[in-house]
Amino acid sequence: MTAVMEKPEKADEAEAAGTATTAGGAPRIRRSMVVGVLLLVWLLLFAVLRGKQTLSLGAADLTGLHRWFNDVNDSIGASRDSNPLFLYFFNEIRLVIDNLVTFVQGLISQPTGGRPVPQIGWLGVVGIAGYVSWAVGNWRVALLAVAGFTFFGLQGLWQESMDTLALTLSAVLVALLFAIPLGVWAGLSDRVNRTVTPFLDFMQTMPTFVYLAPMTLFFLIGPASATITTVIYAAPPAIRITAHAIRTVPQSTVEAGDSLGMTRWQALVKVLLPMSRRTVVMGVNQSIMAALAMVTITALIDAPGLGKTVVQALQSLDVGTAFNAGLAIVVMAIVLDRVTTAAGGREEAARRSGSRFRAWRRPLLVAGAAVTAVLVYLSHTFVWAAEFPGEGGLGSSIARAADTATTWAQDHLSGLTNAFRDALTNGLLNPFQALLTDSPWWLVGAALVGLGVVLGGWRAGVTAAVCVGLLVGTGVWSDAMTTLASTLVATVLVMVLGALFGVCMGRSLLVDRMLRPSLDAAQVMPPFVYLVPFLALFGATRFTAIVAAVVYAAPVAIKIIADGVRNVSGSTVEAATSAGCNTWQIITKVQLPMARSALTLATNQGLIYVLSMVVVGGLVGAGALGYDVVAGFSQGELYGKGLAAGLAIVLLGVMFDRITQAAARRTRA
Amino acid sequence: MARHWRAGVAGLTFLGLTLTACGGAKVGDSSSAGSGGKCGRFNLAVNPWVGYEADAAVVAYVAQHDLGCTVSKKDLKEEIAWQGFGTGEVDAVLENWGHDDLKKKYISGQKTAVEAGRTGNKGVIGWFVPPWLAKAHPDITDWKNLNKYADKFKTSESGGKGQLLDGDPSYVTNDAALVKNLKLNFKVVYAGSETALIQAYRTAEKNKQWLIGYFYEPQWFMSEVPLVKVSLPPYKTGCDADTAKVACDYPVYDLDKIVSAKFATSGSPAYDLVKNFNWTNDDQNTVAKYIAQDKMSPDAAAKKWVKANRGKVEAWLK
Repeated sequence: MTAVMEKPEKADEAEAAGTATTAGGAPRIRRSMVVGVLLLVWLLLFAVLRGKQTLSLGAADLTGLHRWFNDVNDSIGASRDSNPLFLYFFNEIRLVIDNLVTFVQGLISQPTGGRPVPQIGWLGVVGIAGYVSWAVGNWRVALLAVAGFTFFGLQGLWQESMDTLALTLSAVLVALLFAIPLGVWAGLSDRVNRTVTPFLDFMQTMPTFVYLAPMTLFFLIGPASATITTVIYAAPPAIRITAHAIRTVPQSTVEAGDSLGMTRWQALVKVLLPMSRRTVVMGVNQSIMAALAMVTITALIDAPGLGKTVVQALQSLDVGTAFNAGLAIVVMAIVLDRVTTAAGGREEAARRSGSRFRAWRRPLLVAGAAVTAVLVYLSHTFVWAAEFPGEGGLGSSIARAADTATTWAQDHLSGLTNAFRDALTNGLLNPFQALLTDSPWWLVGAALVGLGVVLGGWRAGVTAAVCVGLLVGTGVWSDAMTTLASTLVATVLVMVLGALFGVCMGRSLLVDRMLRPSLDAAQVMPPFVYLVPFLALFGATRFTAIVAAVVYAAPVAIKIIADGVRNVSGSTVEAATSAGCNTWQIITKVQLPMARSALTLATNQGLIYVLSMVVVGGLVGAGALGYDVVAGFSQGELYGKGLAAGLAIVLLGVMFDRITQAAARRTRA
Repeated sequence: MARHWRAGVAGLTFLGLTLTACGGAKVGDSSSAGSGGKCGRFNLAVNPWVGYEADAAVVAYVAQHDLGCTVSKKDLKEEIAWQGFGTGEVDAVLENWGHDDLKKKYISGQKTAVEAGRTGNKGVIGWFVPPWLAKAHPDITDWKNLNKYADKFKTSESGGKGQLLDGDPSYVTNDAALVKNLKLNFKVVYAGSETALIQAYRTAEKNKQWLIGYFYEPQWFMSEVPLVKVSLPPYKTGCDADTAKVACDYPVYDLDKIVSAKFATSGSPAYDLVKNFNWTNDDQNTVAKYIAQDKMSPDAAAKKWVKANRGKVEAWLK
């Protein structure tokens, strides 16, 4: 939730951590002892009280709260045509957004106004993509953009990709329209920031499946629903990062402005915004990535584009076709990521490259614009430039290759993988899950609050207590504990991978360069594409769900840890080397301890990302909360229970976010 | 200034070259006559399984080519598709599996939907085992023998009991109650999606693993792996009235069509087509196979079938 928020503090944290290891040794030992005693008491009580007051609830059973949610949902649906809120508010919003999306689609993806093709054909779009990337970034990302967009055509997915692009761009535009002003406001005022944060947490951790069905009730089936669903998920990162950007403008600069007699507005426009521009662009970047993560989910409410191709192919288990479309999403994400990142750093890069280049820039911009205009004109007029030529032969080769690879893995690895699955399930997951689900609810609750207090302090303890209380209130306590067990096991695996690869990447730039694209791919590839082979290997089990979560969450942890290790100052490492430390000692005694705050941040983010995969886990055999949410989406009678399960996921997320953050602050202090 | 010139000249040269060198067909040269006729727009929901996709492909193909409708297919789950009747975003659902809950809510409650007759397909729901298992242990297809084999069906998920694998939550199912009321030593494990369920059967058949689960017909996967149905105590009318006490097999569903109330009275020829649409399980399986196994696009699959079965199509258009 807070990856980017904490990054810049890391440099001084690392130094602070160095002193903390010597000064803070004694209390840390005491803390770990308290944790040990706590766990021991829990285990003893568990042995005595096993199976009592576990609050379990059958798959089709409902509580009063669930029924009440159902009634509310039904009454909203029934009053749709008479309710003034719908007639004058939701319908108007829908109209505006529908028109926006249809306009963009008419430009690049869908036939409009009697034309059999969109206004701008493939050549024009590729031209614009290259030109804009060059203008806001540099020639390297421009080349990447041209290559990436041409690749969509070669894959035979031009129109689908453009639909996805149209929807993503519209959603990001709408998101930024709200996010940037709100972010600036939250950056200027602490009170606004405090009010907004819980809402942002909610928007990011509430599973989309929960509000997908009501969304089509409010905004009908069509582009508006898909766009607004995407906005809900894509706006929070932009708001958080913008607020953070405004906050980190050095106080002295603002004071200098004050002393020059600037008004607040002038200070904002002339000082704060320009100085935080680079970080704000990062927010735009994160917003785009979040929007692309929604592509397959919005396909479930008829959003056009690549998501539909993925979903449809998987109905007939056509992994190849699904992979081809998933790859297009990955390529689009990488192109948009690199272009926005380059845009963020462009001014500095330009300044460094000297004035000769700057003198050339304007005429080149004009010439580029002229060329692009010609390309757009051509693609508007001539068929060859409007419709991508060829049959997408590359796409079918990719699909075939993916199929072959999948079949090979299924045939050759299954014996090995089943042994691993059973060892992990029986050795770690089952006992842990039994401890959480078979203990009386008040015992687990007390243990969670106790851990919160010990690790994060009194405030974290109070948060944990509130969350435990609300979790009991949702009526899905037992399912929540099952999910919690899988989540924690997945987080442990994420951290193991994170430390392993993070250290390698942090120590070697070459490894970093080689691994990073696959990390990006793992984050944006629609999970189901790689889940089908895993399903073949591990069956529909909790383990498959854990694997899915690890694939999605490990890249974040790896990136954060790599960053932390790299920031350990070179002189410290040199000193250790000259003192005769070998590589292993340097890693375990110097680099990892000094990157401790990065490790806690990685745990925090790892947990949140694992939690965001709970619903996907429900689709591949994890049961529990994820299944409840999916069932609520599919069956009207279970809607209320699905909503309650969604709330439970949010509560788990908030609880662990607050505890780990407080713990991180403590290790720093 | 010289530099400006150079850039300008370069640009102009490029422009000249491209304009003179490439001609080619212009957009709109061979524009086919746009759709028109009295049919207008026809919003067809497509629920997420291949059998339904086959229905939708054929109906859409006929509506477009014989009636001149502008067909808009919408990929939606059942619940959302029905919700769309009220908001006017969906005209027809072509393959409905019972769903008395939705009928109660939208047909007799909100009165936004009406029934439009049967599709002719018989829907069979039940418990199935992979063919190798039925061959190796023929007595397994009787539910009375299931407890004997319960141990073999154990997995890491089933907590010491036999595993009964269920699929997508939107399926109509009484499995948990059945297990309890038939006193079977099994636990229902929720795979959570059709993809996971089919993959489980595919792996089980290939590696000769023990698996029993929920499945249904007509389904394209049956032509790849012909699963064998396990017989439960036979269905009698009313034996499933109380879902908590169910102890009998699922009924054979006469799959039917549902349309929005507005569409039914609109006089659109597409409504008559939907109402008359009727075909057999074999017909649907043929088209589903074209789509799922031969990897044809739905439109191409429909074209192939319609060409071979013109007689049936003519009957729908009367």
